[in-house]
Amino acid sequence: MEDALLYGRLQFAFTITYHYLFPQLTMGLALIIAVYKGFYLRTDKIIFNEAAKFWAKIFAINFGMGVVTGIPMEFQFGTNWAQFSERTGNIIGQTLAMEGMFSFFLESSFLGLFLFGEKILGQKLHFLTAFLIFIGSWASGYLIIATHSWMQNPVGYEILANGKFALNNFSELFSNPWFLPSFFHNQMASMVTTSFVIASVGAFYLLVNKHKEYAHLFLKTAIISGIISTVFVAVPTGDLLAKQVAKNQPVTLAAMEGLFNAEKGAPIVLIGQPNMKEQRLDNKIEVPNVLSFLTYERWDAEIKGLNDFPEETWPTNIPGLYYSYHIMVGLGTIFIGIMFLAVWFLWRKKLEIRRWFLWVLLFAVPFPYIANTAGWYTSELGRQPYLVYGLFKTSDGISESVSAGNTLFTLLGFVGLYLFLGFIMLILVGKTIHKGPSEITLKNN
Amino acid sequence: MEITWYVILCFMLVMYIVLDGFDFGAGIIHLFFTKNDKEKKQVMRAIGPFWDGNEVWLIAAGGVLFATFPTLYASAFSGFYLPLIMILWLFIFRALGIEFTHLINHELWIKPWQRSFGLSSLLLALFFGIAFGNIIRGVNLGGVENGIAQFNNSYAFFTPLWDGSFSPFAERPGVIDWFTITIGLVAVLSLTIHGAYWIILKTEGDFVKKLQKKILPLWITLLVLVIISIIAFVAMKSFNSELFNQHPAIYLLPVITFLGFLGMLVFRKSNKHWLGFASSTTFIICGIGSAVASMFPIVIPSTNSIIESLTIYNTASEAYALEVGLVWWVIAFALVLVYFTFVHKIYKGKLTNKHDHH
Ligand code: HDD
Ligand code: HEM
Ligand code: HEM
Repeated sequence: MEDALLYGRLQFAFTITYHYLFPQLTMGLALIIAVYKGFYLRTDKIIFNEAAKFWAKIFAINFGMGVVTGIPMEFQFGTNWAQFSERTGNIIGQTLAMEGMFSFFLESSFLGLFLFGEKILGQKLHFLTAFLIFIGSWASGYLIIATHSWMQNPVGYEILANGKFALNNFSELFSNPWFLPSFFHNQMASMVTTSFVIASVGAFYLLVNKHKEYAHLFLKTAIISGIISTVFVAVPTGDLLAKQVAKNQPVTLAAMEGLFNAEKGAPIVLIGQPNMKEQRLDNKIEVPNVLSFLTYERWDAEIKGLNDFPEETWPTNIPGLYYSYHIMVGLGTIFIGIMFLAVWFLWRKKLEIRRWFLWVLLFAVPFPYIANTAGWYTSELGRQPYLVYGLFKTSDGISESVSAGNTLFTLLGFVGLYLFLGFIMLILVGKTIHKGPSEITLKNN
Repeated sequence: MEITWYVILCFMLVMYIVLDGFDFGAGIIHLFFTKNDKEKKQVMRAIGPFWDGNEVWLIAAGGVLFATFPTLYASAFSGFYLPLIMILWLFIFRALGIEFTHLINHELWIKPWQRSFGLSSLLLALFFGIAFGNIIRGVNLGGVENGIAQFNNSYAFFTPLWDGSFSPFAERPGVIDWFTITIGLVAVLSLTIHGAYWIILKTEGDFVKKLQKKILPLWITLLVLVIISIIAFVAMKSFNSELFNQHPAIYLLPVITFLGFLGMLVFRKSNKHWLGFASSTTFIICGIGSAVASMFPIVIPSTNSIIESLTIYNTASEAYALEVGLVWWVIAFALVLVYFTFVHKIYKGKLTNKHDHH
């Protein structure tokens, strides 16, 4: 059982981490593509249409990867977490089923038309398909985050005599105070990834001196959406979400911050390594009082430390949680810095001559992916040892009838298959970027 | 309420089989019956705009199953663990085989992806048939050995891929035995014919004639398999006529199934191309309908006498969840109908290279 649980968790963590590499880009790109199509309709400038087409190709590859890796997620609740599914299906199933009915049908119906139907549809309808795909993909995020928020902060339920969770208030699933901060934070984080990807392609084209008109458009788009999203991901959304954690999972907050003992005017830790044996942070650099202020808007407010809570409620992997959180927040701060600099250079029309900065943009791409993944690890490790916070333990959720050997076999299968897929997908994206957007159409216009 | 949801769920699954079924059929035809690039293109063109939307019926049905019959979802998905995960892997290969083939124009790239599309379609049709066979045959719920259940949850079961005897009468039959394999082959052949009729509906030229000629031998093989599986079914289980006796109109289902089956042969040369497709669709819908009705209200029969079978009543969600679910489901379904009509209107009739995907 122990091994089966471990492999089951590893498989879930691996497949979901991999899946989310794709939607975080496609949700953002869907918005940008719809905006480009909108501009084209209004201004009739062909470059907007060609830019939309170029990004649609990258979108399509990522979307395909999102779909094929998403289907195993939907089924995994049943295959590997049967006891969890059986007892919470009443509630978790609602929002997951809604995702299928409301967003996947929408996306898949119009994707083909959007990608290949420009000539048959005409420009107005083509814009409409782009817009509907944007709505579909954000609705998908909306519903999945609603599901996830219920696991973090269960609402609208009752527990029956047989141990099952029964829904008793549907609308509370959506008025869950955890939900909207989490949704907007997540969507902004997805825009951060998208902005950096677009900026990187723009910077690449400037550096190799190709597709210059597009490069300028891409950089401008990316910097505008980048400055908005990098700021919004921190305030108000990140801050609001942190307040939810402080309110509903105070022990998680203490672990995220590496706070072992309660403190008045708690400091925020910039650097430091949790030492679980001695119960303190090693090598720390901190700014006094800031954590208290961020959480309760009072410089001297008391923040509870881990030792104020019974040890069996502590998150199971405190160093992992602490590092994930600090990686996310640290990178978030750096992103804001990069984007402010970019705005400055754009404003002074210096972007093209500051070649070192173009290199920075080019190589910044992996970091928003890392920040997003770290953010999710913060959520998930912070919720452990529970699946439904405070109510249902992870170890009680696993499928009884699936043996450790079977899970290990499928885990290895997924790892192998996904490595192969990743390889294929990098080839295709590389090829698309190398080919670039169409210059011929631009000249003929 | 349980019955309403069961009908909805069966409806969604049957929609899935009818729609994605012709994609599987197209894949099988692509694998065995296409000789040149032109024919391969015709097959791809016939399913290109639709397959992704078709697949969503399965994903959505999975979600609805989870929400409305969580115990059934938990039971079937964990019990058929290995075959299900393999189905997931096959889905990946099929999707990439359809979408990625044309992205790089080099033989070394194209050939493997085409094979991947054809083979995974074939295996998927086979696996789905086998899965259906398993559900008809029943499983060892609770993992009973020597009269004692091995699992705490009575819905839990474990089925090995096969057991040495490959017999459905074995004490703990595996996923694959000769009965389930026969049902699997029935599925492969039905869907091949179904796919052929879809392609005939969506293309023109010599390829249509060629496919029309293939239908006779396929149909005869199917006939033989159907007879074997009916005999096996009767030998294995006593026919549950409860629902049939209550509502004699349900006897029409097997009758219509038979008519559809005949239509699949009769209309093969007809100039009204939709007739063949309508027949195979009828055959699939009513065939599954008859099987489901003959089991009602059981959904997973137990092969031991200790744990009772799973029915729609002992696996459903609580009443409130079922009620609110119905409200949003109806709204969502109305929207789905709108999209569906829109897409099929844009791509109505024969598809030519103007509709190509590159
Ligand atoms: C580009 C990615 C990114 C960046 C720069 C940030 N975040 Fe974040 N964060 C996420 C991406 C993310 C995420 C992956 O999207 C999460 C996981 C769950 C969620 O809703 O969003 C998340 C979760 C998440 C949580 C919830 C933890 C839990 O559920 O226990 C908190 C408290 C914060 N974030 C706070 C912040 C703050 C204060 C930031 C300040 C800079 C910040 N995040 C930047
Ligand atoms: C895409 C972003 C996500 C990432 C990167 C992620 C990551 C993880 C990780 C690392 C774990 C393992 C934690 C542990 O066992 O210590 C986990 C567990 C889990 N997560 Fe998430 N998660 C994400 C989104 C979600 C969502 C949206 C849901 C619900 C709808 C969800 C449901 C679960 C469940 C049920 C588990 C239990 C299995 C386990 O404990 O390993 N996750 N996830
Ligand atoms: C346990 C969690 C998750 C499950 C069960 C899941 C399930 C799925 C499934 C089945 C698909 C394929 C849809 C299709 O065929 O059209 C998909 C795609 C998608 N998922 Fe997930 N997903 C999970 C996590 C997430 C998260 C955390 C997000 C983001 C907030 C997300 C956003 C999307 C989006 C936008 C798509 C559309 C495809 C794309 O744009 O790449 N998913 N997901």
